[in-house]
Amino acid sequence: MRHIISILMENEAGALSRVAGLFSARGYNIESLTVAPTEDTSLSRMTLVTNGSEEIVEQITKQLNKLIDVVKLVELTEGPHIEREMMLIKLKAERAHRAEITSLVEIFRGRIIDVTDTSYIVEMTGSVSKLDAFIEAVHEDLVVEVVRTGPSGIARGPKSLGV
Amino acid sequence: MELSGAEIVVQCLKDEGVDVVFGYPGGAVLHIYDAIFKQDDVQHVLVRHEQGAVHAADGFARSTGKAGVALVTSGPGATNAVTGIATAYMDSIPMVVLTGQVASPFIGSDAFQEVDTVGITRPCVKHNFLIKRVEDIAETFKKAFYIATSGRPGPVVVDIPKDITDPNIKIPYAYPDKIKMRSYNPVTKGHMGQIRRAMDLMLEARRPVIYTGGGVVLGDADQELIELVRKLNFPITSTLMGLGAYPSSDRLFLGMLGMHGTYEANMAMHESDLIIAIGARFDDRVTGHVEKFCPGAKIVHVDVDPSSIAKNVRVDVPIVGPVRSVLKDMLKALGEHKKRPMAEAINDWWGQIDRWRGMHCLRYDRNSSVIKPQYVIETLHKVTNGDAIVCSDVGQHQMFAAQFYGFDKPRRWINSGGLGTMGFGLPSAMGCKVAHPDKDVAVVTGEGSIQMCIQELATCKQYDLPLKIILLNNGYLGMVRQWQEFFYDSRYSHSYVEALPDFVQLTQSYGHVGMRVEKPGDVEGAMKEAFAMKDRLVFLDIVIDPGENVYPMIEAGKGHHEMYLSPESELV
Repeated sequence: MRHIISILMENEAGALSRVAGLFSARGYNIESLTVAPTEDTSLSRMTLVTNGSEEIVEQITKQLNKLIDVVKLVELTEGPHIEREMMLIKLKAERAHRAEITSLVEIFRGRIIDVTDTSYIVEMTGSVSKLDAFIEAVHEDLVVEVVRTGPSGIARGPKSLGV
Repeated sequence: MELSGAEIVVQCLKDEGVDVVFGYPGGAVLHIYDAIFKQDDVQHVLVRHEQGAVHAADGFARSTGKAGVALVTSGPGATNAVTGIATAYMDSIPMVVLTGQVASPFIGSDAFQEVDTVGITRPCVKHNFLIKRVEDIAETFKKAFYIATSGRPGPVVVDIPKDITDPNIKIPYAYPDKIKMRSYNPVTKGHMGQIRRAMDLMLEARRPVIYTGGGVVLGDADQELIELVRKLNFPITSTLMGLGAYPSSDRLFLGMLGMHGTYEANMAMHESDLIIAIGARFDDRVTGHVEKFCPGAKIVHVDVDPSSIAKNVRVDVPIVGPVRSVLKDMLKALGEHKKRPMAEAINDWWGQIDRWRGMHCLRYDRNSSVIKPQYVIETLHKVTNGDAIVCSDVGQHQMFAAQFYGFDKPRRWINSGGLGTMGFGLPSAMGCKVAHPDKDVAVVTGEGSIQMCIQELATCKQYDLPLKIILLNNGYLGMVRQWQEFFYDSRYSHSYVEALPDFVQLTQSYGHVGMRVEKPGDVEGAMKEAFAMKDRLVFLDIVIDPGENVYPMIEAGKGHHEMYLSPESELV
């Protein structure tokens, strides 16, 4: 089962490697991981996507909580939540394909942010499956480079993960 | 008060109540050593290898309950310390290890004696710090000691770049009284509802077993444990790490459980309908095959570390909290409860346990013409009135000591249980002796283990640490040999220790007393003589039966009911 764990941690050198080290040392999976400072610059927010049974994910959250730098965490997949991922995708865009790509980008509510006479760069935000679907929809020969951030997530409703 | 970084380091130790540091100097810590030289409050014990410093600090911590402190230099000083740090980590020992680091501007430049200490130690510490500013030293020290000693204890490394300790830069100093960390708040009390649920189960149990571990010793909960066990009249067994928390000589104590546990302890676990695990972590050496573990039992698990609960086995009633506070609350819950233990069922249960006891699983040949290791340990108990601090290395001798010494008090049994570090015994005993100069401190060791840190005999000479070293010399790496005999058709691959030194002469060359004992009849006399020499370290090289094995034994991957009791038998 896929789980999204959202972690609030001290914005300290080495905090990220403690999390990454924990996963490799205990043989847990990291599917993706994003991290950046929050509105409070002493804190970082990390969104981590992992795979595993309920028991393993329970153990993962306990082990993460044990890290001194981890302030709080929540398993987003336990409740209603929103997740978004950003993708930058470079496509071959010769004249013959431009119209088709442009309309696809429009359908998926992306934006073309860089144009040369042979290429486009498309920026797109959405759920993991939407980004997957876009890549599927574009002919694979046209895809030059894909850069994805991995999902960030937040719980729905007025409650927040704060100190 | 204006102090330099180096002076602050030493002053923090004083303010933290540290009176002894085990260490070894080097380039990156020279400023700190100079500050140590200029004062008398913090004593420094110079070891002969950094591993010894950390094990000594560890022994100090295990025998006192206070955080042990080690001080080493950067690079190889830090890497040599890693085995000691990992040893303390696996057994949750409170410890602060100060490591020197190259000066800040050189970090990352592959400077002389530079190593990424924070990176290398990360997986084997409770937490670690790299100090970046002189102003941060005091607060970092406060945090380090707080983290090391609270919650589930553990080692904390503080890495200090050389420029931070510059004697020419002085700043105002004040040691914080208190520290609050938003990201670290260990649980201080168990959930009362869960404790009552546990008590409901305990008072309905017909075949209960209390299974305790090192957490009871670390949490100083022995008195509460004794009171609860006696009120309930339940059988109790302990892990290797928990020995001494409940008196071994008591009728309710079944002995150690697990791979080399007693028949009665393991059978009771297997047939139990309720396991009450207290400060124990269901280690693989205890559970054997988890699928076969306690098939008919519900499990109550008390632990201060939530991640220990339901890690290896499913748990019915988890209780997160310090064992002492939880045991107090359990006593309260028992007092308030309408029910009493199922007296008749518990009596029948004791009847069954006594039949298992009748197997006398720890029997050995008492009429042997060669010295039996079990007899040596029994004699050690007799000569020390069962009240010595016994520090062990790792191997067969460790199991014999655990099985035969009969610990009646906590903090008397000092051994590397989790990591199984050979070489731990002698240096850890130094730490115990420094902390308890008036107590008998014995090292039970093998000729493999003792040679891994034997250089510390020099430290014992320099600081007059009159340890008694009991070497069970069988000429083999005994536990390796035992496994090779059982599981590799007696192909003794590299388990025979050829070219052993003459331990008597070796000990004498370090300025100590050495004796060799070869006959069973001489063991007691030699040991009495050794312990009578109050101010001398005595090394007893005792030649034991080379073929003796540790029984009972549960093969890895087997269940508690599948034990070898002797070379001839297998019980299923």
